[in-house]
Amino acid sequence: MSKRWGNLLLIGTHIAGWLPLIIMIVAWSTGNLTFNPVQAATIRSGRTAIIFLVLSLAITPINTLFGLRQFIPIRRWLGLYAFLYAAVHVSIFTGVDYGFDLALLREAILEKPYAFVGAATFLILLPLALTSTKGWMRRLKKNWKRLHRLAYLAGPLATIHYAWAQKADIRIPIAVGILILLLLGLRIGPVRAWASQVRYLPRTLRNLFISHNSGRVDLSVR
Amino acid sequence: MVPIKSSEITSEHIYVARRGFIKAMGFTAAGAFLAACAPKSSPDPIDGPTPVAQGGMDELGDPLNSFDAITNYNNYYEFSLDKTAVARASRDFQISPWTVEVGGMVRNPGVYDIDDLRTKFAQQERIYRLRCVEGWSMVIPWMGFPLKELLAQVEPTSDAKYVRFETVYRPEEMPGQGSGFYSWPYVEGLRIDEAMNDLTLLATGLYGRELLPQSGAPIRLVVPWKYGFKSIKSIVRIDLVDEMPVSLWMDAAPNEYGFYANVNPDVPHPRWSQSSERRIGETGRRDTLPFNGYAEEVAYLYEGMDLRVNY
Repeated sequence: MSKRWGNLLLIGTHIAGWLPLIIMIVAWSTGNLTFNPVQAATIRSGRTAIIFLVLSLAITPINTLFGLRQFIPIRRWLGLYAFLYAAVHVSIFTGVDYGFDLALLREAILEKPYAFVGAATFLILLPLALTSTKGWMRRLKKNWKRLHRLAYLAGPLATIHYAWAQKADIRIPIAVGILILLLLGLRIGPVRAWASQVRYLPRTLRNLFISHNSGRVDLSVR
Repeated sequence: MVPIKSSEITSEHIYVARRGFIKAMGFTAAGAFLAACAPKSSPDPIDGPTPVAQGGMDELGDPLNSFDAITNYNNYYEFSLDKTAVARASRDFQISPWTVEVGGMVRNPGVYDIDDLRTKFAQQERIYRLRCVEGWSMVIPWMGFPLKELLAQVEPTSDAKYVRFETVYRPEEMPGQGSGFYSWPYVEGLRIDEAMNDLTLLATGLYGRELLPQSGAPIRLVVPWKYGFKSIKSIVRIDLVDEMPVSLWMDAAPNEYGFYANVNPDVPHPRWSQSSERRIGETGRRDTLPFNGYAEEVAYLYEGMDLRVNY
């Protein structure tokens, strides 16, 4: 994959990152976000956060399976967009919905498992977002990687939160959960070793991502 | 870019007329379609009479929700899980002809035509709060008649302890009924004294108009002191029975949705609090009232009962 494709991928990531928020704000401010915009915005931002979280967790396995290291630079951004939407989600819930009513919030968060798990997920994502810069990477050295493994916990917790917020039918959250477990499973040593062999099988698929000009894989990672 | 010549631009009066023509074509076609498959006129979302309610607020002084909000934001899982998609998904639902079969432990079982129900029982406006188990609420001016009037007609026997209601089962028209997650058709139930309470309404309209399909046309239950899901829609069967009916929601998640489902701020849903709610049209939250504000009328029905057990 050429540098041009890498840049396009990055630009695409940023567009995909901001578009849902822009669409939501426009819909809300023009009165087109249902008759219950607070709930719609809460659900939408939460769902978007989970989508970005899943995507960020998918980058490493994509590399393992297909040898597509070119996707790695967008991993950090996918994680940051997951945090952005989680922050929007939490802000709407605490500020707009509950009007920062601490008594109500305390009841909602401490007494009800789904809000509690949601709050825990956000508290995990917060330090990851804050330490996502290269400066923090240098400062924390080995510990940076350890700290950022918390993302593996955030994925399942977010899914549990998502499932518990449903009225009864949790088939979609279960599907998301299975996907996340698969993505996490592909990180386990032996599984990873086996999966990395698989990459040589679907050559044709891989060729799709190889620059047609040079015919070789650009492995440079910024 | 080649500039468009001003002579090529359609002048306003022409395109307005053209639009009018196209619209008229559409209405004619729609009219022909409706005439072909609906012998009795069904309420038309476009041409129906202006929605008018006699009252402007509930007895607590809160204003009515708009006709638009009521008919475009509601749950009806038979059509869609998305509250904003129900109206569209139910547009072609056939609500005429329609009969309701009333039977079970009664002396005078019968099959009632919807038009007979509308004329036999005086239709009255009832402005009720509707509290959804999801934590939102509306104020709705229903049209209908008390269920007790119909029950008086069919005369329940002394063995009858509960009333069981059933929604129509038409998976070809109700895509949600194809979902295997729930045990269709929708079933709900009331204890007979709850059914005989004057608040319990069989609604056939709202805002002075006949119900639209998305609101549970042509006839639905309204039990204002219970969570919205108890107010079963598009009823085709009412049976008097001696055992507590198992509702669709009890069947789907028995530990979360009970038979009584009374609005109660002190009994949380196992996964979320029920102590507050959002009135549609408002941004913040308001306290949820015991029995949705109808405690005076109905609290006696549950005297001596542990409402945490009988949720």
